[in-house]
Amino acid sequence: MTYLIPALIVGGCGVLAGVLLTVAAKIFHVEVDERIEKISGALPQANCGACGYAGCADYASAIVEKGIPTNLCRPGGADAAGKIAAILGTAAADVVPMVAVVHCNGDCNATQRTFVFTGVKSCKAVKRFYSGDGMCKYGCIGLGDCAAVCEHDAIRFENGIAKIDPALCGACGQCAKVCPNNLITIKPLDKHIDVLCSSADNGKATKLNCRNGCIGCRICEKKCPNGAIFVNDFHASIDYNKCTGCGACMEACPVKAIHTCEK
Amino acid sequence: MKSLMVILLSAMLTDNFVLSKFMGICPFLGVSKKLDSATGMGIAVTFVMMCATLVTYPIHHGILVPNDLEYFDTVVFILVIALFVQLVETMLKKCIPSLYKSLGVYLPLITTNCAVLGVTVLNIDNSYSFGESMINALGGGLGFMLALVIFSGVRRKLEYADIPETFKGVPSTLIAASIVSVSFMGFSGLFS
Repeated sequence: MTYLIPALIVGGCGVLAGVLLTVAAKIFHVEVDERIEKISGALPQANCGACGYAGCADYASAIVEKGIPTNLCRPGGADAAGKIAAILGTAAADVVPMVAVVHCNGDCNATQRTFVFTGVKSCKAVKRFYSGDGMCKYGCIGLGDCAAVCEHDAIRFENGIAKIDPALCGACGQCAKVCPNNLITIKPLDKHIDVLCSSADNGKATKLNCRNGCIGCRICEKKCPNGAIFVNDFHASIDYNKCTGCGACMEACPVKAIHTCEK
Repeated sequence: MKSLMVILLSAMLTDNFVLSKFMGICPFLGVSKKLDSATGMGIAVTFVMMCATLVTYPIHHGILVPNDLEYFDTVVFILVIALFVQLVETMLKKCIPSLYKSLGVYLPLITTNCAVLGVTVLNIDNSYSFGESMINALGGGLGFMLALVIFSGVRRKLEYADIPETFKGVPSTLIAASIVSVSFMGFSGLFS
């Protein structure tokens, strides 16, 4: 009896509470569109925010309620867009696969450190300290703030600079947000020509600091048949809407600052 | 009548759950960013406190004490509180979805809000009568809301203040909370 009565009392309270809640749930029932849950399941649940919504669940409800395009999920890519379209019963929207790229090629062979930083191992911390420890103040610091936030484990460090593995990259853009030098951009995967330098120093200063830097000579601008490459702030940038990937700029570049990531 | 007023005001001011007893700090810091969600949270907590007291007092004196089961207080009280929190949640989801969204995870967290459990247990510990317990719960809830509303005003000012990088965010919020708490110390001795 010493055990029975307490058990009965607590159990009774529990059952009573359960019944009450069931009744309340029936009275205050809210219709939830079941497609939202299905779409949420089709999304990769990375909650990266690359689509412009607070998370996968938020994007899912925006698709159903506001008719937002289904192809905004970058980590999910064509796969997720196809599944979402199947759930909604619409034609699958085209997905341009995207990838992140680090616009710096200043590895250990090309440039040097000006001092040894022994503080917190973070690019942001080094950047605060005399604008970074590299000779070039615009290049990759190489302590891996980007790799730390990458949910796809796509960032490796080769010879002191970050390299992104296109096969693993989800193009969510988290790395681009944390890079203190803003070296990382998101670009279409099939456009394989990249300028791997972001130095805004003039040609002479860049040349002194780094052997792989873009000196802003504008030869690529003249050689490009499509007008897709232009020099601004002493380094070249590519307009991916116009670039056809012909490689004329790459061949013409006197400092070999333009590279192709095509295997 | 006089003693009821004293209980109400002391629960609100001198023994304010958040600022003097340091109970329920988590929603105090979490939901005080905006005035409307702070008020909503205050009303929800007050409602849960009142309902929980309404039910736990008879349970304690009617069922648990006659059977010598006072040691079950905590278990049963938590059960009752969880029930009312769930009830509030379903009601809010139906009636005020925007408030439901802005409260977020802090709404189910009322279940583990020690201020709510604190009210019900303190009622028993102080051997209040039923009426006194209800007044104490009301005062506790209103005091909680008062703290949240005052602090949401402070935080709005903080947002526009030029704070050194090191103190931005949580540190400045905690310092501001301690200063508000110090100001509530001014009420001590009001009813002694």
